[in-house]
Amino acid sequence: MVDCVDSQQWRPKASVVQLRRRAEIYRQVREFFHARGVLEVETPILSRFGNTDPNIESYIAWANTRDAHPKINPAGGGAAGDAEYWYLHTSPEFGMKRLLAAGVGPIYQLCKVFRHAEFGRFHNTEFSMLEWYRPGFSYQALMDEVADLVRCLSGEDECLGVEKISYAQAFQATTGIDPHNASLDELKDFVRSRGQHVQGLAMDDRDGWLDLLMGNYVQPELGQGKLTFVYDFPASRAALARVREGSLPLAERFELFINGVELANGYQELTCAREMRRRFKREQEIRKNNNQLSVDYDRYLISAGEHGLPDSAGVALGMDRLVLHICKQDSLQKVLAFNQKNA
Amino acid sequence: MATYTTNEFRSGLKLMIDGSPFAIIECEFVKPGKGQAFARVKLRNLQTRRVVERTYKTGETVEAADVMDTEMQYLYSDGEQWHFMHPETYEQVSANADAVGEAAKWLQDQDMVTVTLWNNSPIDVVPPNFVELAITETDPGVRGDTASGGVKPATLSTGAVVKVPLFVETGEVIKVDTRTGAYVSRVKN
Repeated sequence: MVDCVDSQQWRPKASVVQLRRRAEIYRQVREFFHARGVLEVETPILSRFGNTDPNIESYIAWANTRDAHPKINPAGGGAAGDAEYWYLHTSPEFGMKRLLAAGVGPIYQLCKVFRHAEFGRFHNTEFSMLEWYRPGFSYQALMDEVADLVRCLSGEDECLGVEKISYAQAFQATTGIDPHNASLDELKDFVRSRGQHVQGLAMDDRDGWLDLLMGNYVQPELGQGKLTFVYDFPASRAALARVREGSLPLAERFELFINGVELANGYQELTCAREMRRRFKREQEIRKNNNQLSVDYDRYLISAGEHGLPDSAGVALGMDRLVLHICKQDSLQKVLAFNQKNA
Repeated sequence: MATYTTNEFRSGLKLMIDGSPFAIIECEFVKPGKGQAFARVKLRNLQTRRVVERTYKTGETVEAADVMDTEMQYLYSDGEQWHFMHPETYEQVSANADAVGEAAKWLQDQDMVTVTLWNNSPIDVVPPNFVELAITETDPGVRGDTASGGVKPATLSTGAVVKVPLFVETGEVIKVDTRTGAYVSRVKN
């Protein structure tokens, strides 16, 4: 139990002026979707099932009762037993896809999502997501709609240019490396040549090294003074995006960058239930090999997929980061009422 | 052996890298969308004071450094060792010139300073932000002399040389900012 807190910690992080600007942005987002006939929905934050992605750790919740609390009743409580426990969603994706399968049509949601151990200038454990789905859109068309939304919110005088480049082009332009064909040694040599000392990355973890380069060298150069969309990711980074087969399979996925910060992540959504299940199981296998706690994948989503998901493009956009960009702040902490350090 | 994981990284945390103690100056969390996250850290070597950068995959553990900052009283120096005493336990430690560093020119008997101890050995000494020292030698200032920019050098009782305004005389006590080595004001008794 925390008995005493710093006497000033009750104060909000963002100023009142900032909070008003944030509310105005939210109002404009709702207007944008209302005008386009996209329906606002709410899906549960708590779910029996979670996100199997090995790079994300969820929060779980259980009732604060003697039966359910795992510390008080280890046999029956928490993740170990049959007692009730819930995952807090890391994104509203699964619930929204179930709605798509039920024929609800184009939908959007503004909600809080939760991801463990993410805190910094552009991260907070609990953050706000704007996520929407467009049945019948290609992911290219959705990129255009994302650009429209961001430019509309940025105001008339912000004539932000838009650039669309492939993942390979982005890598080539900033590091001179071909991410799809470069050897693992080439990736490591690049990092070494920049004098960067890295600890904890397995020598044979090619995806890990690509992520290191992407986060430290490619990403910071993207979206400088404009909206840069990066599309067509390596198949190993597909998550739930459709993979376009071919001599070089590519994930039909895109990310939006502004001033080196990732603002949105979108897909041509995978609609095949069998492939979804295969990917979830593969992620569970990786978690097991990494000695991470297991996560149950979403059976409701699989059923919805078996019923039939319409061909759709979907995107998740970090609202706090969008507000940060529009209000020209340099840290998430300035646009949040309170952050996880004083929540 | 105490350890920290990357989740606990914050400015000021002391940890061991390759057998030497470091303090974190800055920590940035780098995560490409849906990819692995890394903590990019700027650290200061507490012995050499050099700044280095390290990147850790999140979840990595590092060895904690048994480093503590303690308020101690400066006693005296024999030119090779500087001696400090803990005001409550009367424990004494001695630090060599490397550990004392720049602080040597500001230390006066009985001053309270911050001593950084690693495994109970001093590796760094930080004087108080402001000290009051008497001027032992300075030229008499000539009123109206602006050729020198309105300042003249003054030697203080500790041997430090500081630029002072022309109206300040030998024997006067002045307040100096030890972080910049700059004259702040005269001290009225």
